[in-house]
Amino acid sequence: MYKLTEDRTKKGKELRTVFVDTLLKLMATDENIVALDGDLGGASKFTEIAKTYSDRFIQCGISEANMVGVSAGMSTVGFKPFMHTFGPFATRRVYDQIYLSGAYAGNTINIYGSDPGFCAGPNGGTHTTWEDVALMRAIPNAIVCDAADAVQLAWIIEEFAKREGVHYIRANRKACRNVYQEGSTFELGKGILLKEGSDVLIITAGQLVSDALDCAQNLEKQNLSVSVIDMFCIKPLDVDLIIKEAKGKKAVVTFENHSITGGLGSAVAEVLAENNISVPFKRHGVNERFGQVGTPEFLQKEFKLTAQDLEETIKTLLK
Amino acid sequence: MNQEQKHDLELLAAKIRLDVLKMLQHRGYGHLGGSLSIVELMSVLYGKQLHIDPKNPQMPDRDRVVLSKGHAGPGWYSVLAEKGYFDPSWLYTLNEGGTRLPSHPDRLKTPGVDMTTGSLGQGTSSAAGIATGLKLKGSKAYVYCIVGDGELNEGQCWETFQYLAHYRMNHCIVIIDDNKKQLDGYTKDIMNPFDIAEKMKAFGFHVETAKGNSVEAIDEAIEKVKQVQDQAVCIVLDSIKGAGVPYFENMMANHSVKFNTDEINAATDQAIQALEAYIQKEATSHV
Repeated sequence: MYKLTEDRTKKGKELRTVFVDTLLKLMATDENIVALDGDLGGASKFTEIAKTYSDRFIQCGISEANMVGVSAGMSTVGFKPFMHTFGPFATRRVYDQIYLSGAYAGNTINIYGSDPGFCAGPNGGTHTTWEDVALMRAIPNAIVCDAADAVQLAWIIEEFAKREGVHYIRANRKACRNVYQEGSTFELGKGILLKEGSDVLIITAGQLVSDALDCAQNLEKQNLSVSVIDMFCIKPLDVDLIIKEAKGKKAVVTFENHSITGGLGSAVAEVLAENNISVPFKRHGVNERFGQVGTPEFLQKEFKLTAQDLEETIKTLLK
Repeated sequence: MNQEQKHDLELLAAKIRLDVLKMLQHRGYGHLGGSLSIVELMSVLYGKQLHIDPKNPQMPDRDRVVLSKGHAGPGWYSVLAEKGYFDPSWLYTLNEGGTRLPSHPDRLKTPGVDMTTGSLGQGTSSAAGIATGLKLKGSKAYVYCIVGDGELNEGQCWETFQYLAHYRMNHCIVIIDDNKKQLDGYTKDIMNPFDIAEKMKAFGFHVETAKGNSVEAIDEAIEKVKQVQDQAVCIVLDSIKGAGVPYFENMMANHSVKFNTDEINAATDQAIQALEAYIQKEATSHV
């Protein structure tokens, strides 16, 4: 069960702090949990883990391929590795390692790809990933999540720690606006219908959930009735919820901090097409562009991922 | 090593070599050269060095083998069959649809295989991870990571070697099968490895070298690296691709062999007969 926060303008704890605190909590009772980083332990705060569990934080240096392999090897002897690096290095740089040494070999690797999309900020285009969901979604039986806020991130980490397999979570390192109240729980494979409306359906994930709710509020002031789904678990996808909510809407829009190729938008499009749901539909995301430098706020505007941009897309679709 | 041990290991090597030839000839094709170059190594590992129990392949404190040069799977399957991990008849299912012996090893399919390999370079990291995990669990078990000389083209190997050297992981024994050839030709022509032993030393390893066709030399090298404390260890095997069968040793492109000519099949038959005769003679002889 979840409860929405009462004040959506407030930010929660830094997500990296949440990640580390959650791991420390889990490590206290599960000696098989280990944390690995590739010389970004300062950035992820994973080095904090070494202060309590010096032997269960494994510094791998700037060798991401080896870090994935070490994680896979540790899995074969019963460990549950959580590894971090920036999103692009955690996915596209080491895709074959995750695919083969991880998933194909039946191993468990929990991957934290940080600073997805515009969250990369001044690290720029080289550190930006708008294709991580597309890649990870193509791995058989992988679980792919995009955390909306600190509360949901902590829940996802705890859930991953209970399971075997390759699990990917993309999340900012910095703080983002609260969506949920402390103590909220979720279900992997189930989307969250945050708002019910009759005209428009927005399906989103990650920290854009807050922007989608802003957009819905604005549209309601203009007498449009809007549903919003937090599809934090992009794989496995909540097909039933999409079918149920999309039917009869005047517009369905996906909204993602990701390329429109292969991510949440593509996943939803597949569901709509395969289930004969004929509805005006638009994937709102990044289209055939690379990242660049700037503040996250600047980049969110530059790549047209604000609540206002979403509102324009919806209005165009409704015309 | 006493004469009896040497005799037994050479006999086991002959059986492995025979199995490799028979299974690949039966299948009609396969990775022959790199399977034959590790036959004596496999004999020493499974005949003497490994702490294992084929009847209990999941024994927690077992030593692990990671065949990072996964294409040599047939060489590994042969010794696993000889040691009783599975019925030897499985060898003739190599690469058949639904087989439990795929061309490249799969930990989910084959008893005795602890890590899936085949995408070159990746097995080295997995071996390092297994060694890290075992150490964390307080196990004294060894991990034997078998790497191809051509495989050293992969950058991931060198990431792993840095890691092993940095953490002074003496329980992960890296064995480089320096059989001088890769798929497209001699390693020195395709991507020159220069002096592999010196490279490994420069990376911080203790390095031993051994003739790949000598069970004694291989065993001695393993015993030596087991004495090394607080440093990563490596054995460079001076081996021959296609080893033990003159016809295949002399065949230039012997990475993957098709058994599709009378000449190749006659040479294979001849080698099989010679090995069978040797095994029959030696199996009953006493040192």
